[in-house]
Amino acid sequence: MRENWDGVLQPALVQHVQLTLIAVAIGFALAFVAALLAHRNGAFERPVATFSAFVYTIPSIALFQLLVPFTGLGLLTVEVALVGYTLLILFHNILVGLRAAPPEVLEAARGMGLTRRQTLVRVELPLALPAIVAGLRIATVSTISLATIAAVVVPQGLGRPILAALRDYFKTEIVAAAALAIALALVADALLVLAQRALTPWAARRSAT
Amino acid sequence: MRESHEAVEIVFDEATKRYGEREPALDRLSLTIPAGEICVLVGPSGGGKTTALKLVNRLVELTSGDVRVDGRSVRELDPTTLRRGIGYVIQQVGLFPHMTVAENVATVPRLLGWRRGEIAPRVDELLDLVDLPAADYRGRYAAQLSGGERQRVGLARALAADPPVLLMDEPFGALDPLTRARLQRELLRVQAEVRKTIVFVTHDLDEAILLGDRVAILRPGGRLAQAGTPYEVLAGPADDYVTRFVGADRGLKLLSLRTLADVPLDSPDGASGPTAPLGTTLRDALSLMLSEGAACVVAADERGPRGVLTLERLTELLH
Repeated sequence: MRENWDGVLQPALVQHVQLTLIAVAIGFALAFVAALLAHRNGAFERPVATFSAFVYTIPSIALFQLLVPFTGLGLLTVEVALVGYTLLILFHNILVGLRAAPPEVLEAARGMGLTRRQTLVRVELPLALPAIVAGLRIATVSTISLATIAAVVVPQGLGRPILAALRDYFKTEIVAAAALAIALALVADALLVLAQRALTPWAARRSAT
Repeated sequence: MRESHEAVEIVFDEATKRYGEREPALDRLSLTIPAGEICVLVGPSGGGKTTALKLVNRLVELTSGDVRVDGRSVRELDPTTLRRGIGYVIQQVGLFPHMTVAENVATVPRLLGWRRGEIAPRVDELLDLVDLPAADYRGRYAAQLSGGERQRVGLARALAADPPVLLMDEPFGALDPLTRARLQRELLRVQAEVRKTIVFVTHDLDEAILLGDRVAILRPGGRLAQAGTPYEVLAGPADDYVTRFVGADRGLKLLSLRTLADVPLDSPDGASGPTAPLGTTLRDALSLMLSEGAACVVAADERGPRGVLTLERLTELLH
């Protein structure tokens, strides 16, 4: 077991974290820019939502295979697919968050002489944080889960010991790797919840009047 | 502390707002609001009162005519700069839910680039002014305040950078009657201290009479029906519309504008009846006579009876 951890599981876990972080970071950056555009000009919403929903419906194994001719049998293929799956939830949640500012709050902001940019940065974005973090939680947890399938393309992440064990009928590694993936998802989710509490003290006190 | 801004005059000059090709929302409003006075715009929905108010800070743009603040047309000013110099209070308050009370109040001073050391004492001063002890309220969020407290913060926020003009759009409309009455009194107290030029919108005539140095009654179609002091409007309605608008109880409303101290009293010798302080309104004096079954009220101060107001004399006062 000890040998297994140092030689197989620990590197697989580190790779898995990297796969996830890169995918969620790039997915968030793309979704954030798209949501800002859609927030400013509603005409952007339909095409972005349709595209990201379409990507989301493609089965992951099929998407990896489809991408290989274009992006090769490597990390790029894996990340393109993982990023693609985050777009729908992140775009949707960021946009919903940006639209969550109550009309009277926006009216007051305008009436006091905040510019559009100041309203976005000082009012709309902070008020969007709960929805944005909620989106990040779902995107992160589902990416951690999906990233195990990446092992069919590149021998990386927690999917690798699982795939190897499937071939060898070697159950311990399947259980250990799957347990690690679950634990990773739970830890990531808990960290995001803590981050949200720290970032939105006003939301936590809502009920504590 | 910054120098205090002198109140300024606001002039509506044939101010008109038309949305698209429809009938105007506000039709050639001409009205002068002297510096340091409260002018209440009152009228039914569709009377254009909120439109008129929003022309002042350019949340609504003029179609024709002009609005001048301190002699300068609002058209010539950059809307953002204009708004930072005008306090704005709305019915739903619109406090920023993610900011503390102190941060909310500090909004405009921060936009204007005040230094931190100037802002903190100013915030405390304003919270005290609106009767919210700063030590207790500074760090709270909007969700931790009652409706009345929120609107007090809204008023403090509007006054933060000491603007010469305050626009108040039905600020007390969503509050329960007791809280509303308290805040109305508070506004008058605050106004006595800060002396702003206030444009106040309401559909409640009693509120208009209580708060306004002047009231402007608008009619559907956004036209001015009558403007004047509350007394002028109640005592001499300009036409049938105003007569109907001020209501069948305009006699009682007139009585509420004056106190026992404002009218000639008869000698108190030998009169008997319920006693009331000199500050009692004539309306309350009449109510006292009716409830006590008396034909007169004895007006008194701490030194004893000062005079008597009889029912007969009260009726004469109305004519």
